[in-house]
Amino acid sequence: MTGTILQIDSVSRVFPGVRGGAPVRALEPTNLQVAQNDFITILGPSGCGKSTLLRIVAGLDRPSGGRVLLNGREIKGPGADRGMVFQSYTLFPWLTIAENIAYGLREKGMPKAQRQEIVASYTEKVGLLGFENHYPKQLSGGMQQRTAIARALANDPEILLLDEPFGALDNQTRGLMQELLLGIWERERKTVLFVTHDIEEAIFLASRVIVMSARPGRIKADIPVDLPHPRHYTMKTTPEFSSLKAQLTEEIRVEAMQAEGVH
Amino acid sequence: MPRPLDPVSQGTRVTLGVSFFILFLAAWAFATLGGFVSRTFLADPITMVQDGWLLLTRFGFLGDIGITVWRVVGGFVLAALVAVPLGIMMGAYKSFEAFLEPFVSFARYLPASAFVPLLILWAGIGEMQKLLVIFIGSVFQIILMVAVAVGNTRRDLVEAAYTLGSSDQGVVKRVLIPANAPEIAEILRLVLGWAWTYVIVAELIGSSSGIGHMIIDSQALLATGQMIFGIIVIGVIGLISDFLFKALNRSLFPWRLA
Ligand SMILES: Nc1ncnc2c1ncn2[C@@H]1O[C@H](COP(=O)(O)OP(=O)(O)O)[C@@H](O)[C@H]1O
Ligand SMILES: [Mg+2]
Repeated sequence: MTGTILQIDSVSRVFPGVRGGAPVRALEPTNLQVAQNDFITILGPSGCGKSTLLRIVAGLDRPSGGRVLLNGREIKGPGADRGMVFQSYTLFPWLTIAENIAYGLREKGMPKAQRQEIVASYTEKVGLLGFENHYPKQLSGGMQQRTAIARALANDPEILLLDEPFGALDNQTRGLMQELLLGIWERERKTVLFVTHDIEEAIFLASRVIVMSARPGRIKADIPVDLPHPRHYTMKTTPEFSSLKAQLTEEIRVEAMQAEGVH
Repeated sequence: MPRPLDPVSQGTRVTLGVSFFILFLAAWAFATLGGFVSRTFLADPITMVQDGWLLLTRFGFLGDIGITVWRVVGGFVLAALVAVPLGIMMGAYKSFEAFLEPFVSFARYLPASAFVPLLILWAGIGEMQKLLVIFIGSVFQIILMVAVAVGNTRRDLVEAAYTLGSSDQGVVKRVLIPANAPEIAEILRLVLGWAWTYVIVAELIGSSSGIGHMIIDSQALLATGQMIFGIIVIGVIGLISDFLFKALNRSLFPWRLA
């Protein structure tokens, strides 16, 4: 394994209570080291602080305590070195698909000819050839999220952050998207931090699954996934996969019950 | 009976829209030509058309129309040039908003027509005074509405831009402005409609030309046909400018309809 790229150093987050209510401890002091080229999935029931953690890494939120280091430098705010894909559709509706993918490159001041080359290559990688001049509204949810992934990757970030990017998609589309993302990762070995509440998705994609627990949010388990690459969707029915799934289901079940106040 | 919110076909829509105009015209003709209303107070439609034709061919009413359109457009463009950038700044920067919003909210309720006497003192009864009435009537409305639109920009789009490496300035120029351009255009279309009412008020008091001036002149002559013709011309011009504005917006922002 290569060196650490991202270091999360006792990061915590407390949201002030609304209208005199008690403050929300969304994230207990959390430590996590992400190695270069790792594909880490963060798994947990909703409300356990997954988005909060990812947004702090992205620089969109500030931790109440602790710090995040990217390549040894403390993160102070959002930047092009960390690409983010959101659960909501965040393509710029006034830009075409090609212009959306080129957005970050344009912000960097890259000349047009060079931009076009990169855009063409990522349009192809996410299977959107022929849709370059469409507007986001004209595309399905799955295609929009593929564009969002291409837009983040075109910027060549150090690490790719994804917050339940396939959460709003139907099951079949979600499966296809998982394979597409994994295919890109297998070829390019980008470091990835992927948040999900879907156990199968977490195992299928990950080289390491981080299980989070709710109230207060913290890391509960850190489980390596040693399934071989390249992975094919049929892997989801192998005994190795099933036993991992059973193990994680049990972990999550306890958490979900606690989060819902069931004992 | 139709169901609530049930859509109607395009053909039915046009037929229904036109039939109300016909109904309206018929009621008017019935009341006046039937002798139920004194001719001194309300001209009948035929007299109105004759008076209008006379105005256009004999009394140079086209010149009045031209000057009124020029005033509206001039005052409105000046207001938009000042108000749109200010509104964008207010929407984008909360300290700027805190600084200006209370005053602008107050100024918005100052009736433009009440400024007419004061503006006559300051600027005489020349073109400057007319432009100022429209300017005052429009500028605060545009500032506030643009500020609200920009302030309501989808946060996730702004966040996406930051994670793609946008600077603060980049976010304003390449997210806040394009994201709200169609809404700003809509606001301008709306306020232009209001500007039409201000110009007529300005022309009713202390003016020697324009549609409003013609209407007040006709009052002295009890020429209700001419007055009604003038009012209808204003309505028609408003309708045309609205239509042109809508068409322009549609062609400028194809992504909205995509
Ligand atoms: N901006 C905020 N203000 C107050 N509370 C928040 C805010 N964002 C998240 N929270 C709370 O923090 C907890 C964790 O939220 P989040 O990180 O979104 O969870 P997840 O992504 O795992 O579903 C939740 O209880 C949520 O209500
Ligand atoms: Mg979340």
